[in-house]
Amino acid sequence: MWFPWDTGSRAALNLQQTLIVVTPLILTGLAVAFAFRCGLFNIGGNGQYTVGALVAVQFGVWFSGLPSVAHVLLVLVLATLAGAAWAGIAGLLKATVGAHEVITTIMLNYIALWIGSYLVGFNGPMQDPKAFSAPVTRPVAESAKLHVFWGAPTLQGLHIGFFIAIGAIVVYWLVLTRTTLGYEVRAVGFNPEAARYGGISVARNYFLAMAISGAFAGIAGGIDLLGWEFNLDLTVVQGVQIGFIGIAVALLGRGNPVGIFFSALLFGALLTGTSTRNLDPSIFRPELAGNLTRIIQGLVVLFVGADLLILYAWHALRKPLQRKGAGS
Amino acid sequence: MTTAAGAIDRRTFWHRISSAKAIGIAGIGLGVVAFWLALPPVMVRSPAGPIALGIVAVAAGIWAFARGERRVGGGAAVAGLIGIVGAITSMQAQTSNLDRVFVWSTLIAATLRWSTPLTFAALGGLFSERSGVVNIALEGMMLMGALFGALGADKTGSWFLGLLIGAASGGLLAFVYAIFAIHLRVDQIVGGTALNFLALGLTGYIYIDVYGDQGTPENLPAIPDVHLHWLGHIPLIGTFLDGSIGSLNLMIWVGIILVPLSSFALFKTARGLRLRSVGEHPRAAETVGISVYATRYFAVTLSGVLAALGGVFLSIGYVGSFSENMTAGRGFIALAALIFGGWRPYGAFAACLLFGFSSALAQRLPDLSASDSAAWPVLFQALPYVLTLIAVAGIIGRALPPAADGQPYEKQ
Repeated sequence: MWFPWDTGSRAALNLQQTLIVVTPLILTGLAVAFAFRCGLFNIGGNGQYTVGALVAVQFGVWFSGLPSVAHVLLVLVLATLAGAAWAGIAGLLKATVGAHEVITTIMLNYIALWIGSYLVGFNGPMQDPKAFSAPVTRPVAESAKLHVFWGAPTLQGLHIGFFIAIGAIVVYWLVLTRTTLGYEVRAVGFNPEAARYGGISVARNYFLAMAISGAFAGIAGGIDLLGWEFNLDLTVVQGVQIGFIGIAVALLGRGNPVGIFFSALLFGALLTGTSTRNLDPSIFRPELAGNLTRIIQGLVVLFVGADLLILYAWHALRKPLQRKGAGS
Repeated sequence: MTTAAGAIDRRTFWHRISSAKAIGIAGIGLGVVAFWLALPPVMVRSPAGPIALGIVAVAAGIWAFARGERRVGGGAAVAGLIGIVGAITSMQAQTSNLDRVFVWSTLIAATLRWSTPLTFAALGGLFSERSGVVNIALEGMMLMGALFGALGADKTGSWFLGLLIGAASGGLLAFVYAIFAIHLRVDQIVGGTALNFLALGLTGYIYIDVYGDQGTPENLPAIPDVHLHWLGHIPLIGTFLDGSIGSLNLMIWVGIILVPLSSFALFKTARGLRLRSVGEHPRAAETVGISVYATRYFAVTLSGVLAALGGVFLSIGYVGSFSENMTAGRGFIALAALIFGGWRPYGAFAACLLFGFSSALAQRLPDLSASDSAAWPVLFQALPYVLTLIAVAGIIGRALPPAADGQPYEKQ
């Protein structure tokens, strides 16, 4: 194995679980951050993730005869495109009629949720005919599953999707800082009027930024599905939160690629650490943990935005110090 | 219409109704009628009529579109198509099922019930945005109202105290938001989203902490209904009126009354003028001695109280219980209604009624299906959200937001 320490230990297992959660968090964080660089606030990560996962499960079930690499690639590309298309709707509406992306992406979240509930739910077209008593899809073919490189595949070990997420960070950085597209996206985000005056098509960049943002969230859904979920459950479709947490990841990381990695690590640890399995009920009631995570998330987003608070605090602290200095 | 148009606006009546915009609007109307023909009480069973009307609507739309009225024209074309598809679809359904779904008096009552939480939140958003603060945290404020309304009613045993506690909780959250949005000049979209998370987590935490997996008690004190039995004695339309507005919840009436009240407060009083001036041009308002910060604090807090009242209605007026994230995006739909209604009380109220109607319909449409096991009726749950999406995309005109909406103000 690749790591020096004992792969069967409790610590290794927890680290694996944390990194499995970190993988989609990095991607949804990148999704929010990319749109943010263009001045767009994509809070539709949940919907884009759902659409990606839905497409992934369907194409993971189909084409089971393909060689593994081709199958995985096909599924992930389609999941990415699905996420891009879903966010692209919001991008298109923003670009053409100026519909506010916050409202459209939220609405698209709910539409994806109900379409997913229909597809996966009882008697839906994607429900497993064998599991007629449970609203769940068929599992993807073995050839579509991502390779587990650390830990036992049967015990939900860490899959290579983690490296795809790392790769996505690099892509994010490259596109934003080393391409014309990235330059235009940042210019529009910085000042749309000036960008327009400089000959950049603001509408085109709104659409592209939103679609690329959705692509990150879509591939997150695909990777989660091929990496450890393998099939979709109605409760999973209706309880997707990863896109919302991506907002906190992106804001805490301040849109910086490295920052996003570390804030994804933080929130991934927070999620794994507060999962029902890891909490001792005599110390903290596990059923409260999910909401505590949401509170922490809200506070992080709130205070990251409030840089002025630091200035106020700084001034408030300095005044008494100066007075003391003048008195002595 | 610009002011310059007023001078040459000596057009005849005929000119006015043959304008591209009027034709387009007529097209939208025709599309709606095409659908309606296939529903009770008319229930045309031959597709010819609706299809003809729908085609006329599409034609009118294309005509208007070609003459520059792109929004209205596009809207008419879409309305015509929806009319044809909807009419043909409902012709497939059994007449008895149609009769069961489209009981108009019950639908009206349900529409009012669904639109009331939206109305409260949209009016709240109206005050906040008119003062120049985008309030995307309406969702969270509604949720606070819903939980603390239920909790307060449960612990004090009185629905009225519950209502007050719920309203206060929304006002408190809004006040926190105001501090961040006004004094700390946080990006209002980011700050609002943060408060939505916070409210979601906080209400979920308290709910589980207090009630656990038991849920709220069954006998929560509820906001009473207003029974207007005398309506039933009116000849001819008595039963219809009684069925539709005879026994609505008190909060529904309060919501309806609040619409003209808000309109009066905003557009006919000096305070309302000040509030709007702060939202349009804060620097000018400050110059004439209006405190921008105080006005905005007041408006944002008021918006929280109003949105929370919508939430209180939801938990102890309508559903009779609280569940996690029970507002399910209604705050955002209210925000969309506000935009759709052009930042005006009556416009926003009309949009809320439209969304309320689509929600009411979404609840009843599954009955159309003959078998109970079909999966597709769940798709109707998406109807209000699809409609909101279409509305925000702006089929009918686009209104301008208050000029300083969303811009933090820095004192000099």
